[in-house]
Amino acid sequence: MGKKLLLEKAHVENIRLYDVYRREGGYRSVEKALKTMTPDQVTDEVKKSGLRGRGGAGFPTGLKWSFIAKPEGVPRHLVCNADESEPGTFKDRYLMEFIPHLLIEGLIVSSFALGSNTTYIYIRGEYAWIVDILEQAISEAKNNGMLGKNILGSGFDCEIYVQRGAGAYICGEETALIESLEGKRGNPRIKPPFPAVKGAWDRPTVVNNVETLAAVVPIINMGGEEYAKIGVGKSTGTKLISACGNINKPGVYEIDMTISVEEFIYSDEYCGGIANGKKLKACIPGGSSVPILPANLLLKTVKGEQRMMNYESLSDGGFAKGSMMGSGGFIVFDEDQCVVKHTYTLARFYRHESCGQCSPCREGTGWMEKILKNIENGKGKISDIDLLWDIQRKIEGNTICPLGDAAAWPVAAAIRHFRDEFEWHVKNPVECLNRNYGLAHYADPLQVVA
Amino acid sequence: MADAPKLFKVTIDNISIEVEPGTSILQAARMIGGDVTPPAMCYYSKLKGSGGKCRTCLVEVAAGSTADPRPMPKLVASCRTNVMDGMIVKNITSEKVIDARNGVVEFLLINHPLDCPICDQAGECHLQDLSYEHGKEGTRYEFPKRVFEKHDIGPYIQLHMTRCILCYRCVFLADQLTDKREHGVLDRGDHSEIATYIHQALDHEFIGNVIDVCPVGALTDKTFRFKNRVWFLKPEDAHRECSNPNCCGKAVLWYRGDEVYRVTARKDQWGEVEGWICNECRFEKKKTSDWVIEGPTKVNRHSVISQGHYVGVQKPPEVLYEVLDGRKPKLLMNIHDVSEVNEPGIDLSSIQGPAHSTDFDKG
Repeated sequence: MGKKLLLEKAHVENIRLYDVYRREGGYRSVEKALKTMTPDQVTDEVKKSGLRGRGGAGFPTGLKWSFIAKPEGVPRHLVCNADESEPGTFKDRYLMEFIPHLLIEGLIVSSFALGSNTTYIYIRGEYAWIVDILEQAISEAKNNGMLGKNILGSGFDCEIYVQRGAGAYICGEETALIESLEGKRGNPRIKPPFPAVKGAWDRPTVVNNVETLAAVVPIINMGGEEYAKIGVGKSTGTKLISACGNINKPGVYEIDMTISVEEFIYSDEYCGGIANGKKLKACIPGGSSVPILPANLLLKTVKGEQRMMNYESLSDGGFAKGSMMGSGGFIVFDEDQCVVKHTYTLARFYRHESCGQCSPCREGTGWMEKILKNIENGKGKISDIDLLWDIQRKIEGNTICPLGDAAAWPVAAAIRHFRDEFEWHVKNPVECLNRNYGLAHYADPLQVVA
Repeated sequence: MADAPKLFKVTIDNISIEVEPGTSILQAARMIGGDVTPPAMCYYSKLKGSGGKCRTCLVEVAAGSTADPRPMPKLVASCRTNVMDGMIVKNITSEKVIDARNGVVEFLLINHPLDCPICDQAGECHLQDLSYEHGKEGTRYEFPKRVFEKHDIGPYIQLHMTRCILCYRCVFLADQLTDKREHGVLDRGDHSEIATYIHQALDHEFIGNVIDVCPVGALTDKTFRFKNRVWFLKPEDAHRECSNPNCCGKAVLWYRGDEVYRVTARKDQWGEVEGWICNECRFEKKKTSDWVIEGPTKVNRHSVISQGHYVGVQKPPEVLYEVLDGRKPKLLMNIHDVSEVNEPGIDLSSIQGPAHSTDFDKG
């Protein structure tokens, strides 16, 4: 059993209540940080811990914090990104729902490190009931002197506000989130300037994922160096993985990034194998935006090594032969699933969620969706596959925000790894309506590159 | 003596120029001019916050600066990226840029109706120019195009969203020129649309300028719609004393014959308005007597508008009048003096059947 840092206490009865959370050792990190450390020391601990952003990009959190501009007399803000809308990702929901005080605790410590006296939680509108949970946790923390003026006599003031989004995926992009927080249309801003210099209301702002901020609590409690010992290489600490798809035990798992993908899927401790005794066909290891991998590439890298559940190993082989850790939305496909249909579903999602600001993404996502719909329904042409490839190539990297990339990558990876399935769809327009391509050769052992 | 501000040296397509810090790559390229200037559909130097959206001005940065000569990993929007000292930019010398730009033009056109033959903007449309330069002759898009209903926004302006490329210029203009927010973008993705909330009129004394900033034919002048083609019109610079203190009063009158068909603001060589004019000047003052004419507007000779330009054109002399020795043409000849056909001295009813010349000769 891997080490649990975040969800260890998540199932203690009434852990949502302040008293229970406090009795289980909660808010120790606030006491430690505010009473014995300076803000810079907190940032240093986070740097030492090697914590990487858990929202998807995996940017080192300590480094991000050190970029924040500190002009005199200008307030700074910390914004918690709880706009968790990536298909397949539901780890933050679990964390906020079961152990909300952990997030509040992490937010207080992080606000202290960044000097943010007004901190926001931007939560997606669909998580309506979690807003109530968080607001109750905030008021409890405030009643117990953990929020408000002069917290624990340290002279540090902090208020946390929960802001609900209106249900747009794009508002999970940090600058769109800031725009939306300001009350504007959630269009991503053009960078630079980066939020660390000019963020919400033109003030220096740091936007972090829920899990990242929660992970600050164990880092302060145990020390950055101690935290860095968990995991391997640059993948330190624990990661929440939300596993779903054709597996026996879908759910949120906390892993310490030393286990292999194979173990994660097949061991009873985690996903418990593929449901109904079927075979593994493909998997998206990090939320819908990251490239899909066929079974053979998922379990072994091109070098023939075991693929591990961590940042480096999952991205081993680049985009051609690897994928990404992303936000930890682990979607498993069994042999009965159709990759074309799945790609079409994702394309439809991205078309619907594109903000419409910049032309490649606005027009390209809709175009890809229409072509994929045709292929899925047996009306495609062979040339459509190359056209799709060309469209995604022209979207990727040419847009303002990463949504364009996120829309292009799944299509690119699906064509790259499952081209025969696309071709089969085109060549068998009637048959493809009645049955799926099946497992094919996607689970066959790979030729090992010496 | 105060030091002169240090100038940044930037190289665009192997042409170097020194510009002030804070200049965007696009502005530096415009200083050089010519082919190295990236096209810009959404950027408008007069509108704060504009740019970065259409992605036609993407350029490759081969070296970030002298201090940090690493290339930038992605193509950058030249309108929103400031130059650094020693920056090396590739525009038309980069295949990546050309490829991306072709892609952007294709994306912009897939849902554009391409109704140039009936569009009032034809001839002065930036999208038309862009597609001539960077587009392909064929399309790979085989699906029905997105269409919207036409909306009248106020008494003077019509919004035809089907043609819109969502450059947001009109939104920025309405936000910045008018004191209250009047319109914006509804919905998102490829179904997002410029709209007033909802179907309201845009009512502001300067709102007519949205017609000028619109790069395509999405916002058109209702007092001019379908009246004429721009290349039949002859633009003349003119000014007037406008009672509105915010109106610059300098405009272009578009003539055909003696009639002023429309009034627009003056535009510079990048198609950007030089000074905003008020609705009164634009829509109400369509008589030559309202204006002081300064002379013909300089039109780029590559523009289709220049085909109706004034240079070397003279009114043809009234040759016939002189030949006729001062007589009015309609009195040139009285048919009754030379022919009796219409006043025959013979009773036509007495002739059996159709009349022939022989019947008259008899008389």
